[in-house]
Amino acid sequence: MAVQTAETAPPAAAIPVLGPAFKDALIAGLIALGLFGPLIGFETVIIDGALGLAYRPSLLAIMVGIIFFGRLLLNLTLWSPNRKPSTHTGPTLFDRAGTFIGPGVKPALLAFAVLFPAIAIFSLGGLNESRYLIDLGILILTYVMLGWGLNIVVGLAGLLDLGYVAFYAVGAYTYALLATSAPINDFFAGLFGATFWANWAFWICLPMAGIFAGVWGMILGFPVLRLRGDYLAIVTLAFGEIIRLVLINWVDFTNGGAGIASIPRATFFGIPFNAGPDGFAALFGLPFSPMHRIVFLYFVILALALLTAFVTVRLRRLPVGRAWEALREDEIACRSLGINTTTTKLSAFATGAMFGGFAGCFFAVRAGFVSPESFTFDVSAMILAIVVLGGMGSQIGVAVAAAVMMGGMEMLRNLGFLTQIFGNDFDPSLYRMLIFGFAMVAIMVWKPRGLVSTRDPTIFLKERKAVSGDLVKEGHG
Amino acid sequence: MEIFVQQLINGLTLGSIYGLIAIGYTMVFGIIGMVNFAHGDVFMVSAFIALICFLLVTTVMGITSIFLALAIVLVVAMVFTSLLNWAIERVAYRPLRGSFRLAPMISAIGMSIFLANFVQVTQGPRNKPIPPMITDVIVLMDNGSYQVTLAWKQVIIMVITAALLGGFWYLVQKTSLGRAQRACEQDRKMAALLGINVDHTISLTFVIGAALAAVAGTLYLMYYGVANFADGFVPGVKAFTAAVLGGIGSLPGAVLGGLLIGLIETFWSAYFSIEYKDVAAFSILAITLIFMPQGLLGRPEVEKV
Repeated sequence: MAVQTAETAPPAAAIPVLGPAFKDALIAGLIALGLFGPLIGFETVIIDGALGLAYRPSLLAIMVGIIFFGRLLLNLTLWSPNRKPSTHTGPTLFDRAGTFIGPGVKPALLAFAVLFPAIAIFSLGGLNESRYLIDLGILILTYVMLGWGLNIVVGLAGLLDLGYVAFYAVGAYTYALLATSAPINDFFAGLFGATFWANWAFWICLPMAGIFAGVWGMILGFPVLRLRGDYLAIVTLAFGEIIRLVLINWVDFTNGGAGIASIPRATFFGIPFNAGPDGFAALFGLPFSPMHRIVFLYFVILALALLTAFVTVRLRRLPVGRAWEALREDEIACRSLGINTTTTKLSAFATGAMFGGFAGCFFAVRAGFVSPESFTFDVSAMILAIVVLGGMGSQIGVAVAAAVMMGGMEMLRNLGFLTQIFGNDFDPSLYRMLIFGFAMVAIMVWKPRGLVSTRDPTIFLKERKAVSGDLVKEGHG
Repeated sequence: MEIFVQQLINGLTLGSIYGLIAIGYTMVFGIIGMVNFAHGDVFMVSAFIALICFLLVTTVMGITSIFLALAIVLVVAMVFTSLLNWAIERVAYRPLRGSFRLAPMISAIGMSIFLANFVQVTQGPRNKPIPPMITDVIVLMDNGSYQVTLAWKQVIIMVITAALLGGFWYLVQKTSLGRAQRACEQDRKMAALLGINVDHTISLTFVIGAALAAVAGTLYLMYYGVANFADGFVPGVKAFTAAVLGGIGSLPGAVLGGLLIGLIETFWSAYFSIEYKDVAAFSILAITLIFMPQGLLGRPEVEKV
């Protein structure tokens, strides 16, 4: 449970290990019994309308047993006082492996992402069969994009934003409200024909969603950016919740909790994906399939995500990007060097918000339906967890974390042997947030720079060297 | 007039509960300067521990005296919740002292998500209702159409809160533990040099905060008669708002802030709109932090290099 550190140098003679280790494990087991006892040992169930208790002693025994034997095993091996402390310093094997294969990873991942629909279609033997995999790919890429967007705010500028979902919501509602608006439709119907707005709404609204979200980022950011880290986090959280509550309660404008349905679908730059004579399939001489739209959506979100990554990489080399990273390291030093911290923070906040808005617009066009339920604090927390797990500031780490956490959970759901072990009602996605929360704590305690902790410096003297994350101290000040 | 008095009573009851939770935030912030984001969820877990203990005491052990049952539940919830918060501090926050600035906050957010989902997975996502416990009321005013009532459970909540705050005040002001806490708050390094066990003091701060949150959780369960895994988030943020409004780091401020937030929330619901009551609380948080970050009773913060 608690983390032990090697405090004293090991003496020459071996210290008795088994007794203390056993005692320590016993204490840990007792504490675990106290922690898990009430909530795992008993289950509140509703029997005949009244609340009663069910007992789960075996589950409790298993959990406490895991803690006891796990602790005992660790005491005897890794934490044993007889074990020589590692004298190895510098980059770990993992980091060195990262720098060695690093240059090849990005092109390989990019190629995989671009070819993914083709791979899915060929390996599953048809367009319709691959629908599940491509949908999953869209979901993962949406979170990759959101993670990269939040990464600008949290990873580069060092501002902890707990209300990122607000900008996702602004983007989604911008598209949903504009695309379903009857006056706008009538206006364009008079100018360019009846179907113009339905066909072009997404492409016109996409930049607008980003601009709106960015403006909202500035409006919300301006008053709060004077605050210190923790306060900033809580206020952004409050703003995120306020926006969601307003979306629920302002029924005249947003249709409240019922949400907005039948939002126009995405089109191939004005050509709708339908079976009609003007549709995508007919114009390109293909047999009609609803999958065309899904595959197209996949490439749209891939392009949007790559745009986010590209802009971030370029911004890091501009003065404003360097100012962000300097601000993350030491705010007071920045101010004394003449950097305007307010505009610097605001630009980071607005840029991050803009990409959140793009992603929100995409979410609305993919689902065809938006409601406030999609924009809860859980989503903010999930995106933050992805950024933290991947390593704040690392692009590739965020992408891998999103793929593992979103894709991995979906894959687990389909593994047959898991239901054989845990029973038929076992659903790993129930455990997703549990694992997210645990992973956030574990990463902070064990590897605070995230799983990918090497950073490419953007500025260097004579030659480019990889910087181990341990050498960079982040966020003081 | 009658409605006003009734809302005043309801607001003070709710405010007492917020005040008890807010002390946990403000103490931890005072001593280690972190926002213990998981505190609201510790409160929620304590309500579940109280629920389970209450069911055990009444259905399995067959104790019929409601006050005896309540007393047992209160003590058990305090013990188990204190253990939980002690363990959380050991596992999730202590290793991060001296890490980069955002680390404890992120760890606390992770812990908050973990606790809420742990309860969801182990106890199920549905509301857990218990039968109403103490239903007697005292009629204070009656003008024929509207009765102003003071429920006995509201009296219990206010009395327990007042008694606990008195004891707590004594603990912080008069005992050696309280002195050690205040010393750590002023200067942790100096306190350590003077022979105060800082780690121990911080652990005890978490334990005391959790015990007060457990009282709040038990009273919340008694008052509303329902527990849900998602109930930690919003009361947690509101109690944090109370701590900020009263001046974070200030113990009387936390109680004052709690009462104010309780009153604002009930009056807002009664006179404006019940749908926007959470918006009101969140807005107060933002407005206070932006325009008056030192709060009502707090000291202005000095930025150090």
